[in-house]
Amino acid sequence: MTGPVLELVCPAGTPAALRAAVNAGAHTVYCGFADETNARNFPGLNFSRDELAAGVAYAHRAGSKVLVAINTFPRAGAEELWHRAVADAHAAGADAVIVADLGLLAHAAERHPGLRRHLSVQAAAANPDAINFYAETFGVKRVVLPRVLSVEEITAINRDIDVETEVFVFGGLCVMAEGRCSLSSYATGLSPNMNGVCSPASHVVYTEEQGELVSRLGDFTIHKVAKDAPAPYPTLCKGCFSAGGQTGHVFEDPISLDAAELIPRLAKAGVVALKIEGRQRSRAYVAAVVKSFRRATDAIAAGRPVPASELAYLTEGQTSTLGAYRKTWR
Amino acid sequence: MRLTLGPMLYNWSADQWSDFYARIADEAPVERVVLGEVVCSKRLPFYQNRIPDAVERLQRGGKEVVLASLGLVTLRRERKMLAELAESGLPVEVNDLTMLRYLEPGTQFTVGPLVNVYNEGTLGFLANRGATTVCLPPELGLDSVTTLAAAGARLGTGIEVWAFGRLPLAMSARCYHARLAGLAKDSCQFVCDADPDGLAVETLDGQPFLAVNGVQTVSESWANMAGDLDQLSDAGVGALRLSPHTGDMVEVARLFRAAADQRIGPDEAIAGLAALAPERRFSNGFLFGRSGAEWTH
Amino acid sequence: MNHSAPIPLFPPLGARLLAPLPAGPLSLVLGRVARGMAERHPGLFTRLGPHAEKRFLIDPTDLPFSFLVWPKPSGPRIEARSRVTAADWDCRIAGPLAALLGMVHGAYDGDALFFSRDIVMEGDTEAALALRNAIDDAEIDLFAEAAVSLGAVGRLAGQRLLPLVRTASRITGVALTRPEDLA
Repeated sequence: MTGPVLELVCPAGTPAALRAAVNAGAHTVYCGFADETNARNFPGLNFSRDELAAGVAYAHRAGSKVLVAINTFPRAGAEELWHRAVADAHAAGADAVIVADLGLLAHAAERHPGLRRHLSVQAAAANPDAINFYAETFGVKRVVLPRVLSVEEITAINRDIDVETEVFVFGGLCVMAEGRCSLSSYATGLSPNMNGVCSPASHVVYTEEQGELVSRLGDFTIHKVAKDAPAPYPTLCKGCFSAGGQTGHVFEDPISLDAAELIPRLAKAGVVALKIEGRQRSRAYVAAVVKSFRRATDAIAAGRPVPASELAYLTEGQTSTLGAYRKTWR
Repeated sequence: MRLTLGPMLYNWSADQWSDFYARIADEAPVERVVLGEVVCSKRLPFYQNRIPDAVERLQRGGKEVVLASLGLVTLRRERKMLAELAESGLPVEVNDLTMLRYLEPGTQFTVGPLVNVYNEGTLGFLANRGATTVCLPPELGLDSVTTLAAAGARLGTGIEVWAFGRLPLAMSARCYHARLAGLAKDSCQFVCDADPDGLAVETLDGQPFLAVNGVQTVSESWANMAGDLDQLSDAGVGALRLSPHTGDMVEVARLFRAAADQRIGPDEAIAGLAALAPERRFSNGFLFGRSGAEWTH
Repeated sequence: MNHSAPIPLFPPLGARLLAPLPAGPLSLVLGRVARGMAERHPGLFTRLGPHAEKRFLIDPTDLPFSFLVWPKPSGPRIEARSRVTAADWDCRIAGPLAALLGMVHGAYDGDALFFSRDIVMEGDTEAALALRNAIDDAEIDLFAEAAVSLGAVGRLAGQRLLPLVRTASRITGVALTRPEDLA
């Protein structure tokens, strides 16, 4: 007996990564323009207008879709930059835009009614009321669910909404309600909401001190590890701190999500699309991860068990978690 | 400039809570008081029955009262809480957009600092829905504040900025107080009640950095805009939000009132606030496009 | 490429043999390769943006020398430096040659190599990230670049050598050229 065909939504940080994702079997890829309109505004990453048009053509020829993330919050006095991004994504043939800001959703719905709108995880819509608000007000057709919900909650949500749901299954974890976090700007002046970066490389310094690798973000030491321990990127919420007389990872361990084993349950929960995080990762990562998850979704569609995941070597901390999908995470 | 007392973000006992608002009602020179639970729905039952008395006392003291709604809504019972708030008869402060679903079209409301209002488009959308005042996200710099204040003036919506208190930086579904105690949110034993200003988090170098307040993460430093009121006023800001902490909040309000009225200068205001709690670190970096932790005075 | 196996190291005997080689001629050859690459991959400079003006020390720790890379669009330079010569750099990326080649050729993921401490990064983190992203998108094949840069003879030799190089890649586990199929 066969199962549902889940849509695999895969990250494309560069045109080369887009091609790698499509070739590895991505049903859909998502990407952003090389500016502050998306939440992976990293140096050397993302697409020019021409590169996006070429990427869309490449993906469409292979039968894959392309979504464009325009998911930061437009700056007061500079909304035109984000409006142009929506227009250019539409003109390039994108299959949908992924948006978080109320004002931008209103603009897109009004000026580009024919352009499909997905609600970004940055909108932090974590219950049916919020999701229905966005669906009814802005004609959003799909919502990327915040990474703070358990499988039970996702099941309940799907019962009470009409739009599609997309959930993260692999990659970096955000433990705070996304699009509503100022930890990065508190330490560096740059934030995901305003600038499209979290714990930006421009403020990261690694030094070797007394045989330890120390990682700092701005003025703050985020982590210290021994010579042969895995090296962490100093994402603030994954740091090692002291509180209440204890020292450790107060907010979250520096590990990432691998929910491959939960895919059958997520499918039963009514989820339509599985999202892989990692636009900032290489084409090698994208190829390996997409290939592995495509094997998994094909297995489910054919009614076979999901093959074991072999992706530990790609994850931070070299180990992984099921994140909030298990309720005990709270 | 008007003064708003923001909602109590920390877990205080019902008696402490009632006493606090009694004093505010009688003595604090603030125009508006926002009252209610923003951080954790599990805390509300402990003081919920004290709210009507506090509201009445505050109104008798000449304060406008607004009821606060939750900052992050996930549970069914939390959505019911929002429905009850909408029927309370008092104006409501929206801290999670879920609340909009429970407000009848045309009902006026205020918007709290946890809602992402970064640009004119979003401000306009909320103003059209009935927003009368918007407290901006604390991370916004002066340029954005100025542009939004001007847009607000055109829309008839007041703009408020965070002026005092540990800055709300993030919220999660995970409870960090419980996590430190080796517990989960469902069985937390309300350990957060031990930290009426939040629990400080330091780096491995012993540098104060953040503070934990249940599911919320706040700054370790106290935001303090008392030295920057002229610039805020010039930018068109209409109100300042003071967030309640332990210590003499009435005196905090008096100092901000005197500084806003220009009866004392910025240095005197800062010195007065420092004298109230000398061990506290101040910060004001966000307004100037720096890291939020920085203090320019 | 085999990811769970440890990254192969350049044989120490081989490294000792290379050590006395004069850096000058090597730098000349590298210079030609660099200029050729610049012509064939203009997008690389666009991606680098302001970081193209910075100096990157690419340091294969199992070889007796390292490479100072200066991508300036006006005239990119690559120089071989022996390790005793102090180099002025903005960013240093160090690791076994196989790891560095593997990253350039898209066989390994840079972040994963960093997490596992196979590669270390020092200095300007933003520049390192820009370089990493630019190179990843450029889909460079160093073997092909070297062959093309050395003129007609090089191209011919490259054609002849390619199957050998591919076999060597398989045997040694080192991505000496860009793998044909990543997935």
